[in-house]
Amino acid sequence: MTEFFQALAGNALLQNALLAGVIASVACGVMGSYVVARRITYIAGGVAHCVLGGMGAARYLNVVGGWTWLQPLHGAIFAALLAAGIIGWVSQRSKEREDTVISALWAIGMAVGVLFIAKTPGYYEDLMSYLFGNVLLVSGQQLRLIVLLDVVVVGLGLLLYNPFLAVCFDQEFARLRGLNVELYYLLLLGLTALTVVVLVTVVGLVMVIALLTLPVAVAGHFVHRLWHVMLLSCLLSAALTAGGLMVSYGPDLPPGAVTIVLAGGLYLLVLCGRRLIRAF
Amino acid sequence: MTAESVIRLNDVNFSYDGPPVLEKVTLSIAERDLVCVIGPNGGGKSTLLKIMLGLIEPSSGTVEVCGQVPAKTRKQIGYMPQYAHLDPRFPVTVFDVVLMGRLGRARSWGPYPWADKAAALDALEEVGLADMKSRPLSALSGGQRQRVLIARALACAPRILLLDEPMASLDPKVQDDLHHLLRKLNERLTVVMVSHDLGFVSLFFRTVVCVNHKVHTHPCQELTEKQVADMYGRAVRLLHHTRGGEAGGRS
Repeated sequence: MTEFFQALAGNALLQNALLAGVIASVACGVMGSYVVARRITYIAGGVAHCVLGGMGAARYLNVVGGWTWLQPLHGAIFAALLAAGIIGWVSQRSKEREDTVISALWAIGMAVGVLFIAKTPGYYEDLMSYLFGNVLLVSGQQLRLIVLLDVVVVGLGLLLYNPFLAVCFDQEFARLRGLNVELYYLLLLGLTALTVVVLVTVVGLVMVIALLTLPVAVAGHFVHRLWHVMLLSCLLSAALTAGGLMVSYGPDLPPGAVTIVLAGGLYLLVLCGRRLIRAF
Repeated sequence: MTAESVIRLNDVNFSYDGPPVLEKVTLSIAERDLVCVIGPNGGGKSTLLKIMLGLIEPSSGTVEVCGQVPAKTRKQIGYMPQYAHLDPRFPVTVFDVVLMGRLGRARSWGPYPWADKAAALDALEEVGLADMKSRPLSALSGGQRQRVLIARALACAPRILLLDEPMASLDPKVQDDLHHLLRKLNERLTVVMVSHDLGFVSLFFRTVVCVNHKVHTHPCQELTEKQVADMYGRAVRLLHHTRGGEAGGRS
């Protein structure tokens, strides 16, 4: 642990990683609370896996097509928003089954991503860092984009707290009060998609759902008001991502995976703890 | 019952891509009436409610609420949905829920203005739950939850209160309290309540609307205790009457 703090002082990469984790935690806590309350974690999972298609395509165009300005993160934003838009449209307007469409997007997004990455030099490293994250390789440019996304997501997520809460709790009633429920729902999915993009850089797309839901699930055991849940889960996910970095640094483990194991451990601990307290 | 009618349906038909759910419904609800809508499950009660709220359009016929199409006047209706439709573990407090009744009045971003908080508190006081405003909704009893949803509907400052099965899964004592609350609210509002339970309906309500694809309206006059047994029998007979009308034509 002391080794980590010594390294932190002189290592810009480690500082960036820690900063990215903490910044991502704010969006994660705010939007994760909406996602869990509205029970749309499966949508978040679908969007997260779709992101691979966007990242793969952007990386391909960057390396093979020579579009040097295009970063994988740009492709991720595009793919995430597109997936959120399609899912939102299907759930509100189309008669197609929502879960079927999400599963289809989930798999197609990944397949497209794998195909693009296979045709791009550096196949294995790219794929692994997209799937499982590599927060230690976050560049200053990426960090600026993450901050920008974070400001947008948290700003809108908090400013529209009241209508979002109403739409999550009772959509029909919100519609009867004259709210444009479809628009708010689409916006909620859009902000969730951007949160997913931010988190993909920290823990990778496979483990996004865990970081989005586990801190909220833990917080939900202690507080019973949505904005309290948001606050507590922000703090928890910041502590978890920082903890993941610290624990992984010494033994040179992948920090994303360590973060998720810590989150899962905390969740189990809280569940068991409550059982025990109730038993006695 | 000479008062102005606040809800008026004229020759309304409706179907969801299949057999008709509502047939030739003509119905008029007077201002400050206390109405119970009864009928078997699948008979079209919820559909009738949704048509009144303007959530669905009838296939044919006209609907007027406060003299206009429901989509324009739905803000005059305080709606209370069935609690079973909501997530019992959702992280909200009583006050959070009641405040939702104030949405759509002013700006939708930022915190609620002071006036809205005061109105929500008034609504909570009216249902007798002001001292529970900070409690999580999940910690309340069934009867208290129903009162919270009624308070949310009252926070809309409505002319009409529309309640979908408010008595579902409540014990008789709590049902009784809720009936008294509705009577009190009826002193200033039109109250329309949907129920699949026939018991004691006529004790509390002025008008009974029987829905089983077709709709029949019956006035319920003030009754003495001596007449309760008759009345109870009559309410059941009324339902037979609608069923008979459905199966074998009017007799």
